[in-house]
Amino acid sequence: MNVNVQFRAEENCIYGIIEGEIDTFTAPVLREELDVINLKEGMNIELDLSKVTYMDSTGLGVFVAFYKKVIKENAKLKLVRLSKRLARLFEITGLSELMDIETDKKVEPANECI
Amino acid sequence: MKELKVQYEKVLSDYLLNQNESNLYIGQNLVRQLMKNNISPEDLVSIHKQSMENIVPNLPEEVLNSFDFLIEVMVHFGLKLKEHQSLLLKQEEIRIEMEIAAKIQNLLLETKIPKPNGLDIGMVSVPVRKMNGDYVHFMHDDEKYFSVAITDVVGKGVPAALCMSMVKYGLDTLEYANSNPSYVLEVLNRIIEKSVDDSMFVSMFYGRYDLENDIFTFGSAGHEPALYYNSKEQTFTDLDSKGLLLGVLPEIKYSQTDIHLSENDFIIMVTDGVTEFRNMKNFDSRTYIKELAKSLRHLSAQEMYDKIFENLNKLNNFRLTDDFTIVIIKKY
Repeated sequence: MNVNVQFRAEENCIYGIIEGEIDTFTAPVLREELDVINLKEGMNIELDLSKVTYMDSTGLGVFVAFYKKVIKENAKLKLVRLSKRLARLFEITGLSELMDIETDKKVEPANECI
Repeated sequence: MKELKVQYEKVLSDYLLNQNESNLYIGQNLVRQLMKNNISPEDLVSIHKQSMENIVPNLPEEVLNSFDFLIEVMVHFGLKLKEHQSLLLKQEEIRIEMEIAAKIQNLLLETKIPKPNGLDIGMVSVPVRKMNGDYVHFMHDDEKYFSVAITDVVGKGVPAALCMSMVKYGLDTLEYANSNPSYVLEVLNRIIEKSVDDSMFVSMFYGRYDLENDIFTFGSAGHEPALYYNSKEQTFTDLDSKGLLLGVLPEIKYSQTDIHLSENDFIIMVTDGVTEFRNMKNFDSRTYIKELAKSLRHLSAQEMYDKIFENLNKLNNFRLTDDFTIVIIKKY
């Protein structure tokens, strides 16, 4: 069980791909990785979750905390390419109404961010 | 110390002359005296070296050096060993504290199942670790209303348990079973949002049962939808109510919905530990539970949850990965 995040920065955009399983044990790792991002006003952050094979509610906790942090800095967060299973988790918890979430459509996320 | 050295040398030279059991035994018995005199293992190696120099003159340089080497290794070994022992001791202290905390939690969060007229209620709540992150709260203060809250705190273990105590006292302050679910959720959301850190939140399904009119009113804060079985039509409906998890944002409004229960209808409320199967990626657990519950509908609420737990636990290879809670309310 592992989680791994890779970031790419382009001007005012940060594009991250999260890979692996997010649970009680890996959630702190993900939190630390996300905390490294130097948030600035007006920044767009896009996180690709297509390679997340499992996530429990602790994982949701990490995204909620990060979302709150991003909003505080007047930046924007978008979660993209969620699997059906993950999307359901955000829907049930009411978080999909609050956060910008996109399910696994065939999009080219890199272009979207530019 | 000097006396000990002489003694050790004597015992050692006896043994070198004759390696029999009795000489070995005398040597082994010296340990008690060494300990009494606070002689460390590395001190003993140094005594051994000196004794060897006396007993066997002109020992090769390499052998003498090897003793010096051993002394240094023993010093380090002793330190590491002490460190390890003190960690074990600390771990034991923490284990004892956790056990006490779990006992207190069990006492605080003990759920008594009420027996309102016309309803058969059964529940099971099994924690995956010592402390349970799920909690069920019932209220039944008169013959008119009965209410139930089923909650799940994000995270497990001690932080979840502490948060849960807060939820329990929040529910206790609401006092009466006739409160509107939307109101209850709004109040709890305010309490939790104020006092908990950003990544901690609670999901809750709250239902109130009007015992005179058999109307079940429910609201949900980010909780797994409950299942309602209509016995006349033999169908299941998800008691879906979109509401945000408790503790994410202040001033959230929650909606509530009424359903009417007839004879033999039942409602199954669960936490995500029941529906989440980590190792079975394409398994539709809700459909499975519906079919299972339908086949068990003739049983009492308690027998039903026993069977459901038994079946799901088997599917999980008897290894729960999350706290597991089911509440069943049956109208008879």
